[in-house]
Amino acid sequence: MKVVYVAIAILVTVALLGCVQQSEEKTQTTPTPARAISLNGAGATFPFPLIDKWAAEYYKLKPNVKVNYQSIGSGGGIRQHIAKTVDFAASDAPLTDEQFRDAPNTLHVPFTIGGVVPIYNLPGIQKGLRFTGEILADIYLGKIKKWNDPRIVAINPNVELPDKEIIVVHRSDGSGTTFVWTNYLSRVSKEWSEKVGMGTSVNWPVGIGGKGNEGVTALVMQTPYSIGYVEFTYAKKNNLPYGYVQNAAGEFVEPSIESFAKAAEYAALTLPKGNESWSKVSIIDSIVNNRDAKGAYPITSFSYFLIYRELNVVPGMDEGKARSLAEFLWWVIHDGQSYAPGLYYVPIPQNVVTLNEETLKMLTYNGKPLLK
Amino acid sequence: MWMKNSSKNFLYFSSSRRVAGDTIFKIVSAIFASSVLLFIGLMIYELFKGSWLSIQTFGFLGFVLGTEWDPVAQVFGALPLIFGTIVVSLIAITIAVPISLGIALALSEYAPKRFGFATSFLVELLAAVPSVIYGLWGIFVLIPFLRDHVYTKIQALFGFLPIFSGYIYGGGVLTASIVLAIMIIPIVSAVMRELFSQVPSSQREAIIALGATKWESAKLVVSYARSGVIGAVILGLGRAIGETMAVTMVIGNKFKLFPSSLFDAWYTMPAIIANELLEATYDLYVSALIHVALVLLLIALAVNVLSRLIVWRALRLVRGVARE
Repeated sequence: MKVVYVAIAILVTVALLGCVQQSEEKTQTTPTPARAISLNGAGATFPFPLIDKWAAEYYKLKPNVKVNYQSIGSGGGIRQHIAKTVDFAASDAPLTDEQFRDAPNTLHVPFTIGGVVPIYNLPGIQKGLRFTGEILADIYLGKIKKWNDPRIVAINPNVELPDKEIIVVHRSDGSGTTFVWTNYLSRVSKEWSEKVGMGTSVNWPVGIGGKGNEGVTALVMQTPYSIGYVEFTYAKKNNLPYGYVQNAAGEFVEPSIESFAKAAEYAALTLPKGNESWSKVSIIDSIVNNRDAKGAYPITSFSYFLIYRELNVVPGMDEGKARSLAEFLWWVIHDGQSYAPGLYYVPIPQNVVTLNEETLKMLTYNGKPLLK
Repeated sequence: MWMKNSSKNFLYFSSSRRVAGDTIFKIVSAIFASSVLLFIGLMIYELFKGSWLSIQTFGFLGFVLGTEWDPVAQVFGALPLIFGTIVVSLIAITIAVPISLGIALALSEYAPKRFGFATSFLVELLAAVPSVIYGLWGIFVLIPFLRDHVYTKIQALFGFLPIFSGYIYGGGVLTASIVLAIMIIPIVSAVMRELFSQVPSSQREAIIALGATKWESAKLVVSYARSGVIGAVILGLGRAIGETMAVTMVIGNKFKLFPSSLFDAWYTMPAIIANELLEATYDLYVSALIHVALVLLLIALAVNVLSRLIVWRALRLVRGVARE
């Protein structure tokens, strides 16, 4: 029996020592033991890969701050923001006037830029087919029915366009992508804005619907002579042939990180302050008639973070957490931007960064500014 | 008879010897059982509450009969969705029933036991495949195959019929019905097999003794379980009506009262909810989608109750005969 007792005693001692050693090791790796903080966000699906990357990189920088983001869609993000069930929300569209009334003192922080591009399946034709806004609108209205329509041929003199019916593909799920696309069509075509209008989903005059970027892509890739629209990042990653779209300056612009940034730069000249209503903000609206907007791709939009200016209104918030949130957002609009191009996202131009700096400095907790 | 006796014994023990465990167990299981009713009640209540705005705006019937769905103009109506759901489900069940009948008969009448066991296991495995997998398979495998090798040939032969005319997208009404059919075959065939195996072997033996062939005996088995088979069909229909993801991915999601042909795109109730709820940006929009859910629940409930009633009656009939 004695042997057993001794053995147990030794085991226990070893185990205890192990624990002590382990905890010592732990405290050594983090010299200033900080409280674990988790920042919870929800919203748009489009910027999810970017926010996910930021969360991972920021965790390496500050191991006590964990950013959780659920990509439930812009609409869901806005609803959660109004209900104050998340610390921050992300949306592809700014709050409408009504939503802004429901969530007073919301700050808008545009943190990346996205572009929507027409994609098509024309056997033998690569990227670079040219479109104008009116042509895209008339295709989606069902007024231009064939690929060799004189109006398409006129701006694509070097392309052999087939005498085939155009199969129109659109998103079937409500999405920010559709919002941006229909926003553009509404601005370039009076008939579109009267008959269809703009929204996250609309009553499509023609075509079939695919669910998500991947659904639209699958339909377009499998249906010869079809046309669709997807996020640029999606077209780029999947190597889809995309079209060039004419801007107000008359150029046929290739969608690219540079041409999106250019568009945002022009639009940023007229942006409101971060604490004002952004309901009228649209890169599309501000450059669609701007003849000086050279090099700007017209179907471009911001993605926004939505946060409350006074963070104590969010349940579960305390000063430490609020400060972490402010610091994270500050990092996102500065150092975080360098991770964007690698994922085919567009960094915000310098004048937007400056605007965001002012906005983030407005953040308070119990009236105390969080950033200096 | 045995069931009755045992329940009497149970009561006898609990009242005379006052075993606390028995009483507690009885109460707890009663609570669990009634919680199902509570959940259904809550569900209907919540759906009513959620769709109240839409009911006030369009009227319950006005919404059901409405033919326009325009989120921009804030006008909503569900009739095309209801048609779409019911018609696609009916086509699916038309495809699924003969196949299920064949599977069930083969397994219960013809197949050796071991083979039957393996096959029925595999068939039921089909039911465990997630619906989104069916959808992806539909998009990447079934659609190209059907479009290039089946639909074009059907159109070449029968293109003069309106239902086989028009542009062939690949996806659409018929494709959605085929995917749905594959998804409901497991449940329909399993119920049918169960019914056929309940048919007393004395019946089979009797007709074979009279000189009937295997085929004639199988026909007898089916007619014996007739009303149960109808119940199984309606059960499958109930499944088909509620199926969402796979249908959404292959049907083309086009909101219109009638498609121009079987190859045209259409829409169903579950599909529009799955598509639009997340980005429904204003209250009436959300309410209209919940209203669709309410209509869907009522239809699915009616179909399921009907099927249960028929299956239940059939099983009782078959068992009753078996005991005599």
